[in-house]
Amino acid sequence: MQPFHLYARRRRAQGAVAVIIAGIGGLALAFFHTQVLRSDTYALQSEANRLRPLPIPAPRGTIFDRNGRIVAENVPGYALSLLPAPRDTLYNTLRRLAPILGLTEARIAQLMEKHRAAPVQPLLVSSDLTFEQVSALEERHFMFPGVYIDTRPKRHYPAGEAIAHLIGYVAEISEAELQKPEFADYAPGQLVGKAGLERQYERLIGGKPGIRYVEVDALGRIVGEYAPQTKVPPVPGEDLHLYLDLDLQEWIAKIFPDDMRGAVVAIEPGTGHVLAMYSSPGYDPNEFVGGVDPAYWRKLNADEARPLLHRAAAGLYPPGSTFKLATAAIALELGLVDPNAYMPIPCRGGMSYGNRYFRCWESRGHGYLNLADAIANSCNVYFYQLGVKIGLERFLKEASRLGFTRKTGVDLPPELEVAGRFPDGLGWWRERFGYTATPTEVLSLAIGQGSNDQTPLKLAHFAAALAGDGKLPPPRIAAHPLAAPSPGDGINLSISPENLAWIREGMRRVVGPGGTAHLSSLEHWDLLGKTGTSQNPHGKDHAWFIGIAGPKGGAPEIALAAIVEFGESGSRSAAPLVAKAADYYLRRKYGMPVDSVQTLREHLMAGRPAPWAVWQ
Amino acid sequence: MAVIGRLRRLLGDPLLAALVVGLSLFGVAMVYSAGQLDVPDPTVAGAWRLQLLWLGVSIVAFLAVLGIQTRWLEWAAIPAYVVGIVLLAATLVIGTGLGTARGTKSWIDLGPVMIQPAQFANLATILMLARVLGRWREPPRSIWGLWKPVAIVALPMGLVMLQPDLGTAMVFGAMLIAGLYWAGTPLGLIAMLLSPIVGLFVSFHSVLFSIYVVALIVFLRLYRAYLWEGVGVVVANLAAGAVALPLWNSLEPYQQARLMVFLNPGMDPRGAGWHLIQSRVAIGSGGLFGKGFTLGTQKRLAFLPEQHTDFIFSVIGEEFGFVGTVGVLLVFGLILWRLTRIAERLADPFAGIVVFGIFGVWFAHVIVNIGMTIGLMPITGIPLPFLSYGGSFLLASFLALGMVQRIAAEQGRI
Repeated sequence: MQPFHLYARRRRAQGAVAVIIAGIGGLALAFFHTQVLRSDTYALQSEANRLRPLPIPAPRGTIFDRNGRIVAENVPGYALSLLPAPRDTLYNTLRRLAPILGLTEARIAQLMEKHRAAPVQPLLVSSDLTFEQVSALEERHFMFPGVYIDTRPKRHYPAGEAIAHLIGYVAEISEAELQKPEFADYAPGQLVGKAGLERQYERLIGGKPGIRYVEVDALGRIVGEYAPQTKVPPVPGEDLHLYLDLDLQEWIAKIFPDDMRGAVVAIEPGTGHVLAMYSSPGYDPNEFVGGVDPAYWRKLNADEARPLLHRAAAGLYPPGSTFKLATAAIALELGLVDPNAYMPIPCRGGMSYGNRYFRCWESRGHGYLNLADAIANSCNVYFYQLGVKIGLERFLKEASRLGFTRKTGVDLPPELEVAGRFPDGLGWWRERFGYTATPTEVLSLAIGQGSNDQTPLKLAHFAAALAGDGKLPPPRIAAHPLAAPSPGDGINLSISPENLAWIREGMRRVVGPGGTAHLSSLEHWDLLGKTGTSQNPHGKDHAWFIGIAGPKGGAPEIALAAIVEFGESGSRSAAPLVAKAADYYLRRKYGMPVDSVQTLREHLMAGRPAPWAVWQ
Repeated sequence: MAVIGRLRRLLGDPLLAALVVGLSLFGVAMVYSAGQLDVPDPTVAGAWRLQLLWLGVSIVAFLAVLGIQTRWLEWAAIPAYVVGIVLLAATLVIGTGLGTARGTKSWIDLGPVMIQPAQFANLATILMLARVLGRWREPPRSIWGLWKPVAIVALPMGLVMLQPDLGTAMVFGAMLIAGLYWAGTPLGLIAMLLSPIVGLFVSFHSVLFSIYVVALIVFLRLYRAYLWEGVGVVVANLAAGAVALPLWNSLEPYQQARLMVFLNPGMDPRGAGWHLIQSRVAIGSGGLFGKGFTLGTQKRLAFLPEQHTDFIFSVIGEEFGFVGTVGVLLVFGLILWRLTRIAERLADPFAGIVVFGIFGVWFAHVIVNIGMTIGLMPITGIPLPFLSYGGSFLLASFLALGMVQRIAAEQGRI
């Protein structure tokens, strides 16, 4: 048949129409499947495509001191995050952000490392943007794909340096922390308490972040907020109230000599509530919020004064003569001493024991002394004999029972407090030094020498026990049921009130007329105390003073311990700190005006009358 | 009546012309919509104006072509073909890439405009093919009789492949099949012609390939092919099987990726599979009625790639839903049906083959482009007639429309 005969053409045209119907119809069927039958799936995918969940940080609980003053609060801050994106994209964006945010190469490398660890999470670049930086970025919005700026609460510590060690700080959770089971519900980029109270009470004040969704385009640029009703609001952290007296804390920071290192701890007798806990030198915790500047961090770490060390809870110092109070307490508890009676051997500047001669610090000797006089004069010979009476093994056992080998159990993160260093038994020397201790070891220990290092917190706690009835729960900073100590914890001197009164009588004479610390005595309050000097092989001796104070003739209401490194003399450098802190606290407690002229020495210097002074 | 009569004298098929112009105006609207992004892209945002300008130019060119007699077209076939080949060869030397296909050489930069010579060589090849096939007294009985039309198409097709532009090369293949079919070539011969291509793909599975070769021999026996013809076809198939692997290795990695992704889009969702997945999500999320003109979120948020050119149909699917896609498919179906109607009435072999060749080209573009947006076809990057942004193809399509209208008008009774 002719190929172009009409019938042939018609047959081919019919074939072509069949092909059209097959082709177009096939496509229509496929579109029916995609657009009608599976439309829901694709609609979901389209949503997932363009919506990115972003965490809404929870506002942390506010921390108040005992008088309702703010210790830690939230102020509005700007944070910049990058949405998840391929590494190259992120790197380029960071490079372009660098001039605006002042990012160093090292910081960029650090951020890239962070992204490698959590590639699907938004990358928090900075949570501490200034308003100028924010406006500069907003203007160039389209230059920065995936850049996301939001306002979020930023931690602020109004008292700054004064509470640095105590409060800790908050910063982004680290990779190591994320591995821990306690942080299982935390996401990378979330802020977490890093030290001090912020860390100790993280679960309470941290809150729970919420989620919101933003709409992004294919390049990860945020186009807008998505349907606000779908967001999960954050749960704010609970507020926390402290026993701490922030005014006292700041006062101590103010009176502590600027160029000196050391610590002051104040505890309420009877309750163990921590009124102040100061360590010098300090740093500004606000600098740590939202990522510390590496230069500041390096400076703090390189400083030989070690400002990052929390001396109050983690600084170990030989307690020196202050420990004689512990020796006295142990002897009284065991019923080995009559407070009124003299020791058999009078002090003639030293005594022989075994085949050695042990010296008193006063080479002229103290003569016959009772307990109170021995404390007032800090006579070594008296306490040597007390030590011998107690015996080495019993001494170690009782000192351990009083907690000189342990941590106090204060409500700070456990690793931020160190335990006292004291032999807990005869095996202690063998384990460490490979020799058996001779019974003469007790003579050194009895006067606070030998293997003995304690923290200011421990000595303040011990002083608070002396100031009360001898029983004291562990120190507590925060007033929260979670912080409540379990019964039985703490310190129990097991001394009768009469015997306690004898120790206090000794302490009274230290500050009283003729006492070494009389110049630190106060006009309105009874101040009792004990000086100490811890021998320091590296330079001048460290100076101790532990003291208790209260209304005249009344029960003590505050117990303190102060250490001043290289302070030489407890009565000259540490005692005034304790006296001034106690005076400040008690004046405010009893509604008296605060005066910067407080101690006897200050009255004399200022030319003011000091009728309570007695000269011998 | 008088107006319609004049139009008919001039146009030949007013319905076809109306469908094409209407579709093209809709295309301009869709190019406009494709430029409506949340984060504006200046080159895409202004594309609709250029497309409108090109449409104006194309309609003027279309009207001009209406004045060219069919005889002149037949006469011009050889010089046009020669010019087309020279242009394609020149493109390989001075050509540049564009858009996502930056590495290829498909375009010639003429300063203010870029043209795609392959689109015009395509028309010239149709004319040349029609001229050769139109002279057949009767269809050949042996496959060897097909050498001339095959050579005519293979030359420009090969040049286009060298650019490389696989999609456009495929269109040349479709044109050859359409021309041969309309010239009355027995379907068995066309099957034999295509068999090496099937062999190429089947060869990736050795057992399948063995079965295929046996089936091919049985087919040749039943068809009573000539001995040398049968031997030639079998040898060609075996050769195709043998070169399949080296050929695969010679493909650019992105071409390999596209073919692999066609089989499994989830393989590389952020890379080569991205286009297809995002296109399918856009179309699927359009649902029955779509998200509304300019309101497609996938498009607005730039998830859709090449949304104003190759993937314009995805925008239609997202914004007008199933109703929109079926509507556009129906219009394409009507356009193609009109072409077969015109070809059916043409007793002149040259004219018929020209019209049916154009049918083949448009049909291939529509099926491959739209099929690609939902993963029925590999992503080859060929435009959708009258809808995709791009001047060269729009102009070439209107030139083709002009020839069809003139041919139909000369026939005089549609």
